[in-house]
Amino acid sequence: MGKTLFEKIWDKHVVKTIDGGPSVLYIDKHFIHEVTSPQAFTGLNKRGIKVFRPKQIVATADHNVPTLNQHLPIKEELSRLQVEALKKNCEEHGIELYGLGHPYQGIVHVIGPELGITQPGMTIVCGDSHTSTHGAFGNIAFGIGTSEVEMVMTTQCLLQTKPKLMRINIDGELNKGVVSKDIVLYILAKISASGATGYAVEFAGSAIRSLSMEARMTICNMSIEMGARCGMIAPDETTFEYIKGRKFAPQGEAWDKALAYWKTLYGDGDANFDKEIFIKAEDIEPMITYGTNPGMGIGVGGHVPSLTEIDEKEKASFKKSLQYMGLEAGDDIKGKKVDYVFIGSCTNSRIEDLRMVANFVKGKHKAKDVEVWIVPGSKQVEAQAKHEGIDKIFEEAGFMLRQPGCSACLGMNEDKIPAGKYCVSTSNRNFEGRQGAGARTLLASPLTAAAAAITGVITDVRELLN
Amino acid sequence: MRAFTILNSRFVPLPIENIDTDQIIPARFLKSTTKDGFGKNLFRDWRYENDDEKKPKTDFALNQSQYKGEILVAGKNFGCGSSREHAAWSILDYGFRAVVSSFFADIFKNNALNNGVLPVTVSEEFLKKIFQQNNTSTLSIDLEKQTITIDKTGEQEHFDISDYKKTCLLNGYDDIDYLLSLKKEIEQFETTEK
Repeated sequence: MGKTLFEKIWDKHVVKTIDGGPSVLYIDKHFIHEVTSPQAFTGLNKRGIKVFRPKQIVATADHNVPTLNQHLPIKEELSRLQVEALKKNCEEHGIELYGLGHPYQGIVHVIGPELGITQPGMTIVCGDSHTSTHGAFGNIAFGIGTSEVEMVMTTQCLLQTKPKLMRINIDGELNKGVVSKDIVLYILAKISASGATGYAVEFAGSAIRSLSMEARMTICNMSIEMGARCGMIAPDETTFEYIKGRKFAPQGEAWDKALAYWKTLYGDGDANFDKEIFIKAEDIEPMITYGTNPGMGIGVGGHVPSLTEIDEKEKASFKKSLQYMGLEAGDDIKGKKVDYVFIGSCTNSRIEDLRMVANFVKGKHKAKDVEVWIVPGSKQVEAQAKHEGIDKIFEEAGFMLRQPGCSACLGMNEDKIPAGKYCVSTSNRNFEGRQGAGARTLLASPLTAAAAAITGVITDVRELLN
Repeated sequence: MRAFTILNSRFVPLPIENIDTDQIIPARFLKSTTKDGFGKNLFRDWRYENDDEKKPKTDFALNQSQYKGEILVAGKNFGCGSSREHAAWSILDYGFRAVVSSFFADIFKNNALNNGVLPVTVSEEFLKKIFQQNNTSTLSIDLEKQTITIDKTGEQEHFDISDYKKTCLLNGYDDIDYLLSLKKEIEQFETTEK
């Protein structure tokens, strides 16, 4: 029997398999950031050992950095100490750091791909669950805890149990106003926030093939929201074209050799999946979430489920969720008032996302009572946006273009949504308090978020498109 | 890492599904560079009104004196979301040694195991039976036998754990010790496979 894409990459990275236990998996690239690495460095220092392969690690500061006045010292003491600890640890262990002020600084899952560090066929880890993003390039990429960060630092390996395999096929053509974020929110609404736990998920089908790399990253990014160990898409010409010429992409002969290998990275026709799901692209509408996990999504023209539509044993959690959100079962979602719009995060802060928003809002202005934050994914995205004049479009629309970082996606820095306020967000999680204690998050695509910014209410973006 | 063999304790019930790691420990408490002291902020925003320790929410189990013990029992898909190991650290620091649920998110499960906190996966039916117990009821978890028992009724279920992880937990070994012992094999792999 043939192999899946996952199996081809996995098998090539297994150092050994323990009887009745996990495999020792070799890791090619390790991204680190300030929040989940300090305790790992402490562990190494306690053992008196140095990082084993520092050249295979890339560091940045993103989770806990301000998104205004980045040239000034960080005001909040604990945040500053954490960012300084990263700098010191990287210096001591010989790790490349793209810290604040560096032209490559940015959200770890944005900079890896844009610098050409992320490549097909690799194993990639980071102490961040959205590491699944990198799988869009046809590699095995997954989030790990700090103990595992320490393992990779000490041995470049992890103990991993091979997950089951699932393929999600999306075929057909997307409707007007529907983008990749809608695809992944639609899948989540279908299979739930735990629908892929225990699986590595490969996304396939003609609708996936037609997407740009940025759009593919949005989908793989949120595979963790289904519980998946990782998400991946087989590399193709779109992938190769994206990587070619980037800073750390292979050059010359090395490029030819890499390309020849990358072209072998696809699932064999007779490869077997433990589970397979089929979705028609035509069935997908612009999506929005109403609840407190990313699986609680509906078409923007739809309504919050009524109690009769909810499984008996899920009713308590459902009611708790609606109470937090200040919504009633059966409510229409369209027309609900919005207080904040956040366009950013490792899900949707790439240049294509900003272009999409700029294209839509050009010549329009935000609604009076809405605050709109645009947080680019990296210094390079920020520079490109300015180069293209996108910053001017945002300024004229009354949107605030901030500086790169994770920002209001997780509300770890000062970018928080106040309690009780509604925020349409292009990020990945609508958990209670995620964007600030008491904040109410509605996840949507950059287009749907931009539409809400203009009208001040939840809007079906299709009604505003020509 | 502290070894885990047998645990007999009362339990704290949280019959809520999809408890994510942002609830277990909100992001604003992740600014520490050590592993200590996270227990006081465990379930912070479910425990206190307006982030005020003087205003505990009386309807939350951790604030109800009738519930105590070293076992946390929660609804399915426990620990989903962020990979923050701070979630496992806060559970351990608060005083829990085991978490029981019908379903755990992958990353949390690994993080818990790497800190000597045992995730025990039981069936939906068994979980329901535990939630139906009163607050003086105790549970017994035997890692060697891989069983969990409701002491009052004697009802018991077997739970899964890999042989490797079981050995680690029974002896208090961690993965890093094991991986370091493979250094030569890893270097060999690098020269032949890369």
